[in-house]
Amino acid sequence: MQKYSVFSLIKNAFSNHQNWEVAWKDPTPKSEYDVVIIGGGGHGLATAYYLAKEHNIRNVAIIEKGWIGGGNVGRNTTIIRSNFMYDANARFNEFGMDLWRNLSQELNFNVMFSPRGIINLAHSDAQMNAYARRGNSMRLNGIDAKLLDRDEVKKLIPMADFSDEVRFPIFGGLMQPSAGTARHDAVAWGYARQADDMGVDIIQHCEVTGFDVVNGKIKGIRTSRGDIKAKKVGLCVAGSTNILAEKLNMTLPIETHVLQACVSEPVKPLLDGVVTFGAGHFYISQSDKGEMVMGGDLDGYNSYAQRGNLPTIQHVLTGGLALFPFLSRLKMLRTWGGIMDMSMDGSPIIDKTHIEGLYLNCGWCYGGFKSTPVSGWTFAHTIAQDQVHELNSELRLNRFSTGHLLDEKGLGTKTWIG
Amino acid sequence: MLYIKCPYCGLRAQKEFSYGGDATVKRPNINEEVSSEDWDNFVYMRKSPRGKHLELWQHIAGCRQWIKVQRDTATHEIFQTAKVTEEIR
Repeated sequence: MQKYSVFSLIKNAFSNHQNWEVAWKDPTPKSEYDVVIIGGGGHGLATAYYLAKEHNIRNVAIIEKGWIGGGNVGRNTTIIRSNFMYDANARFNEFGMDLWRNLSQELNFNVMFSPRGIINLAHSDAQMNAYARRGNSMRLNGIDAKLLDRDEVKKLIPMADFSDEVRFPIFGGLMQPSAGTARHDAVAWGYARQADDMGVDIIQHCEVTGFDVVNGKIKGIRTSRGDIKAKKVGLCVAGSTNILAEKLNMTLPIETHVLQACVSEPVKPLLDGVVTFGAGHFYISQSDKGEMVMGGDLDGYNSYAQRGNLPTIQHVLTGGLALFPFLSRLKMLRTWGGIMDMSMDGSPIIDKTHIEGLYLNCGWCYGGFKSTPVSGWTFAHTIAQDQVHELNSELRLNRFSTGHLLDEKGLGTKTWIG
Repeated sequence: MLYIKCPYCGLRAQKEFSYGGDATVKRPNINEEVSSEDWDNFVYMRKSPRGKHLELWQHIAGCRQWIKVQRDTATHEIFQTAKVTEEIR
């Protein structure tokens, strides 16, 4: 594989960049693989990459209905953080932070990981207390957390509304300085390029139509491009999880909802890190191009549409305007939607299933992007070793029946509220 | 914007309603022995189909009645609405 570097850039400049190697091939599916990963998004590509790299399993195919990186990995708002209170979520995502820090070098692809911090704003004394508790839990798990008072917040985001007339005055906030953003497409492409180089077949425009299960054991899958035998099959299909589960006669603790995001026209550097509004559901960051990237609530009803409705955008931006009045002067460039696999406690599931050789990676709600590397890493381990890793030992499917929920937000099963 | 026909008030905008989830989920009967599995199914397990979905909405900024809505989760098209006591086939 051609190594990307400043020298290869200069070299290719002489031929007007017409002779770059293709980053990944377009193979026809073989009749049999050791492992088939369904879903060519960030998590699926990362899983295939770590299967090849960490476990030396290279006879692997990724089956993608559309094109790689066309789903949620290309639709998210690129935030990377590990500011969780529960040990299981904190440890899992902090391991992921370590993978993020080295990802550009490891993939030889600039994922533009930019740890500029995240601030969760507090608007009452009670919220400050809750954040102090969360911050302490984070620090006990080795994650950097800093409780900011009003003046410290004002220094970091002076453009927020600090006047006396606001309905929800800013009391302070909790900051994770090591959190940040990354270039989401580059993450998908970087994993794809390396996985392809190690022998993984990336098969695009191939829809899974069924599964071949014999005596409780997976034998292969049926696709729009023919049957493929597989010893092991991993599901990494986010918002399409319920559709495939139905083909397997499985019912999961997951509902599929639509979440929208939007960006403004690009402006000069204004906001350094990520800021979340604690009195409504609104968060904002500024992309490297200068666009303000914003998101908030789910539309609030089951949907597979990958597009939402205007009332939700209006509601989210109302919260945004309350926090940052300057937003009223910006034009919105575009809005879009993605479909979320909302688990019933808000935490993901990476586990084996009752079908031998079938593995499940789902329930990412609206926080899947930040976990892309660690999800792939632990899912690859779970598939290769046929057992969960310590890091995903609590992210199991049976936690709903045993009562060991990871309800980080304590919202219960009304996923559409969160 | 979705427009939902409330059986009591007529066609109203989505903003007046709040969502109540899958209408086909049945609560286990009171005063009967309920297995853990049945509770699991009731509390957590959802089919979440792509296509026709029977769901509950509440006309919270209107008559405050709960209603049943049959809606397509892929296109957002609303086929039918009814009072909660009525059946939608």
